[in-house]
Formats: sequence, C-alpha cells, structure tokens
Amino acid sequence: MSHETLSTILFVVFVAGTLGITFWASRNTKTAADYYAGGRSFSGLQNGLAIGGDYMSAASFLGIAGIIALSGYDGFLYSIGFLVAWLVALLLVAELMRNSGKFTMADVLAFRMSPRPVRTAAGVSTIVVSIFYLLAQMVGAGALVGLLLGIHSEAGKIWTIIGVGLLMIVYVVFGGMKGTTWVQIVKAVLLMTGATLITLLVLGKFGFNLSSLLGEAAAKSGKGDALLEPGLKYGTEAQGIAGKIDLISLGLALVLGTAGLPHILIRFYTVPTAKDARKSVQWGIGIIGVFYLLTLVLGFGAAALVGGKAITEQDKAGNTAAPQLAEAIGREIFGEVGGTILLAVIAAVAFATILAVVAGLTLASSSSFAHDLYAHVFKRGTATERQEVVVARISAFVIGAVAIALSIFAQSLNVAFLVALAFAVAASGNLPAILFSLFWKRFNTAGAVSAIYGGLVTSVLLVVFSPVVSGAPTAMFPDVDFHWFPLSNPGIVSIPVGFLAGYLGTILSKEYNASKYAEIEVRSLTGVGAEKASEH
Amino acid sequence: MTTRQHDASVYEEIQASERFRELRSRFRRWVFPMTVAFLAWYVLYVIMSGFARGFMGTKLFGNINVALVFGILQFVSTFLIAWAYSRHAAGKLDPLADELRHEVEEKTTA
Repeated sequence: MSHETLSTILFVVFVAGTLGITFWASRNTKTAADYYAGGRSFSGLQNGLAIGGDYMSAASFLGIAGIIALSGYDGFLYSIGFLVAWLVALLLVAELMRNSGKFTMADVLAFRMSPRPVRTAAGVSTIVVSIFYLLAQMVGAGALVGLLLGIHSEAGKIWTIIGVGLLMIVYVVFGGMKGTTWVQIVKAVLLMTGATLITLLVLGKFGFNLSSLLGEAAAKSGKGDALLEPGLKYGTEAQGIAGKIDLISLGLALVLGTAGLPHILIRFYTVPTAKDARKSVQWGIGIIGVFYLLTLVLGFGAAALVGGKAITEQDKAGNTAAPQLAEAIGREIFGEVGGTILLAVIAAVAFATILAVVAGLTLASSSSFAHDLYAHVFKRGTATERQEVVVARISAFVIGAVAIALSIFAQSLNVAFLVALAFAVAASGNLPAILFSLFWKRFNTAGAVSAIYGGLVTSVLLVVFSPVVSGAPTAMFPDVDFHWFPLSNPGIVSIPVGFLAGYLGTILSKEYNASKYAEIEVRSLTGVGAEKASEH
Repeated sequence: MTTRQHDASVYEEIQASERFRELRSRFRRWVFPMTVAFLAWYVLYVIMSGFARGFMGTKLFGNINVALVFGILQFVSTFLIAWAYSRHAAGKLDPLADELRHEVEEKTTA
C-alpha cells in the first residue's frame, strides 16, 4: 500500500470520528451559550488542549519545522514569540475577559461604551483578522495536501480547498463551539502524540545527545554552523539594518498579537469560571511550549537526516520537512513499511491540524457577525437568542463559502504573509482596545473606535505598500512595484499608532463614565455577575 | 435583578472600599512589573538575535551555543512566570476576590 492511500484512510477515520462528535454536539447545542461558548462547561485541561489545537496551525507545525530545517535557528525565534505571547493573555486578558464578557471580544468593549460603534469596529476587525488567517491556512492547505498526497494538478488543489472548506463549514454550523472544541482537543492530542513519537525516534538515533544532532544538522544542511545561529532567514546581513528592524517588528507583532486574536479570545468563554480560564491558559502554555521544543528537534532532525537538498526538491519553503523526516526515520528504524506508516500518520495529522484551525477561525468570525453586528448593531439588541444562533449558523456558512472562493482565487499568489498581518492587526487594533478598556478609567467610545480602526488601517496600509505585496520577487504581485514602506512587518509602527490613537481618541472626547468603570473593574477582578456555565 | 442605578452605586461603593483597593493593588503590583519584565527580556532576546550575532553564535559546550541557551531560557522563564502567577493568584487574589464577590452578590440580590 502506498503512503498516499494509507494517509487518506487515516484522514477519513479522523473526519468520520470528528463528524460523529459534531453531530453529537449538535444535539446538545440549544442555547446561544451552547453555540458560542460550548455551554461554558469545558474543564481547564480540556480548554487548554483546545487552545493548543486552535493555536498550533499547520503553519506552526510544518512551517516552523521547515524553517528550522532550511534556515535553522530563525524558525526557533518565531516559535519563542508565539509562546511568550501567552503570558500577555494569562496575566492581563484571560481572566478579566472571562469575568466581564459573554461571547465575543466586543462584549468587553461594549460594556462601558456606546455599544453600536464599538461593536461595529470590533466586529469588522474580528472578521478581517479571521479572514486573513483563514485565507493563509486554506491556500496553504491546497498546496500541502497536494504535496503530501501527490496531487499536483490545479483541479486537485481546488478540490482540496473546497473539501477542507466544506468540512470546516459542517463542523461549525452543526457543532458550534462544543463540536469545534472537541475537534481541537482530538487534533491537539494527535499532533502532540505524533510529534513526540518522531522526536523520541530522532533523539534516540543520536543517543539522546542534542549536541551531536545539531552537529549533524549543521554538517548535512550545507550551511555549517550558521544553521545554529540567528540570521539565515530574518534580518539577514544582506538586508542590512532594515532587515534587522523588520525582525524586531515581527517579534513585537508575535508577542502582542496573540492576546488580540479573536479565535483565541473566545476560548476563554468556554470554561465555567475565571479560575478555569487561568488554568486553561496554563495548560495551553505547557502544551504549546513542549510542542515548540519538539519542533526544534523535528526541524534540526530533518536537516540532519533528510538534508537541505532533498527538502527543497520537494518544497522550496520546506513545508514537507516534518513528513519527510517521519519517512526517513521510520525507514531507518523499522524498514520500508515503517517509513510508509510514519509518513502517512504525520501527513494525516497535518490535515487534521489544518481542518481544526480553519474551523476555529470560522466560528470566531461568524460568532462576531451574529452577536455583534446582527444582534446588537442591526437589530439594536431586539433579536431573540434563537434568531441570533440561526444567523450565526448562516454566517458561518457564508463566511466559509467566501473563504473557499477567495482561497481558490488566491491559490497561485504568495499569501503566507497574511498570518503575520493577522497578528499585526490583532496587536495594533484589538489589544490596545482590550487593555485600555480593562485598565484605564478614562477610556471611552471614541478611544476604542480610534484604537481599532487606527491599528487596523495602519497595519493593512503599511503591508499593502510593503515589499510583501509588490516590488520583490517573492511578493504577492511580483511584476509591479508600488511599495514605499521598507519593512515586511508593520508592527513596530502600527502597534504604537494603535495605542496612540486609542489615547488621543479618548482625551479628545468628553465622554466619561465613572460608574460603568467601577462596574467593569469590580466585575472583572472579583467575578461578580460573570456568566455561569449552562446546565444540561 | 435590581435596577441598574442600584447596581451602579453598589459597584462604586465596593470599588472605593479598602479591601477592593487591596485586591486591585495586589493584582496590579504583581502583574504590571512582571509584564514589563518578560517583555523586556523577550525584546532583549530579539534585539540580540538581530544585532549581537557574534555573541549569540559563541559555542558553550559541544554544538550548543548562546543563542540556543538564550532561546531555551525564554521557555524556562515563560513556564516559571505562568507557575508563579498561579501561586500568587491562588494565595493572594482568589480568597479576597471570592469574599468580595459574595458580598456584592448579597447586596445586589437583596
């Protein structure tokens, strides 16, 4: 049996299992709290696994392992930003949001501000961030599945994107948060198991001596000791000072973006209390941290055992490094059949990863559309819970369909930068609005709206006029050149702009409501009046 | 539920109370400096990765260099801060928060 057949079988098993869970969840999804927040009845550990499932995208599994395999240390730099970011979520955001919000990020902002403008702003930003992230994941899925299953025709890639999109729609429309959370949990367990297994085999081969693994990786990569040092990919010496500032800009967006990502923020509502939100972030930090340590071994292992040349022959970006490593180590230890089985397992885990992440994003954007824009902006709070959930399901379908169409259109473009852009928008628009509204007494409607639009517009404009969109061979449109902003990552400019816009918007407006601040402060710190878990 | 007016005055009363101010300062005095510290520690790491490559490439033992150890230390500090925060929250914040919550709930449902 070929590895493609075996991968397909394993993937079908995963899909069948998760669809089963989805239909079970759909029978238990009745109220709005069920649909948006899984009835708030997940435990800290369950939600911690789901946080890992939402966060460890194919970009971080295959992408980071690939960057480490080809460019070495710089891939590790990326994962450190992704991990440290969780401290912002743990210390400043998770518990306070759980205590003062209901279903979406906008709930916290609308608490003490004029609800329609801030919900509109937060809804727009949520949908924009989620669609950027979704596009990057789905376009990546088309390319990856092609590589892993040996589908190289254009039609094959398009059908893959459609298939992934339809499954994601089914998970979200029927399963809501409950179904989606279980999909994340299953995926996180599979991903951690697969990555741990390969890591142990690789380390075992080198007698559990990290130094000799690194030495072999450096020698086989063709890059020597430079592989073990920063500078091969981000801020290379050839790019000069601008490249190094770009590296810092990327680092800032990574570390500050996570706590403003809508699909991460809604995870805090799925547990019964703020203490469980704290526990779930701690589990999340443990799982994500261990996972990134595993990718370090996977990446350097691929450099050592597969070699840079064999990896770039399959995929220039190195996205197939982890599956290739699985095959190489499997063959070496268990023979030909072992190689086939391990490759198939890792390929199937990669599909599961893509599916789970896109489902989380679709849920976040459709929840915000239904709860913020439909129920509170269009219907001014007069929609019933039932209507809201129906609209949420319809919008999940529509957003999924739009994402499929855009991904097919964007398929031949280089859209990998959209993930970094989503982090930049989250850090520049959402994070200032959230932090100011939780901690700054004077903050008001004008401030919240200025922070969100200011951060969003600045990040998007700077990227449009950056070398990732035009004027470089790797750009989205390589044949034209209208760039003037020198950095690929806008964070170093757009994050201060977002905070400054929030500050100026606030002090230039007279609105000031001390009693509502008293309420949100007391509620966020003590948990008074926090939404309870629903009983079933 | 009682009226909004009534709730608001209860919240302002609690907000002004000695114990709530104690809770807020225990929270902020731990969380704010720690946030500044871990962000500075992280930014230092990123800046060194960009501008101090010679130092980062220094080998310490075998093929393990400063960059790798510095990176691993970011993991260690993240795990330690997460653990220390849970200790602080469970010991210093949760009991006081629970006490205040019961108090407000009694007042607002009375």
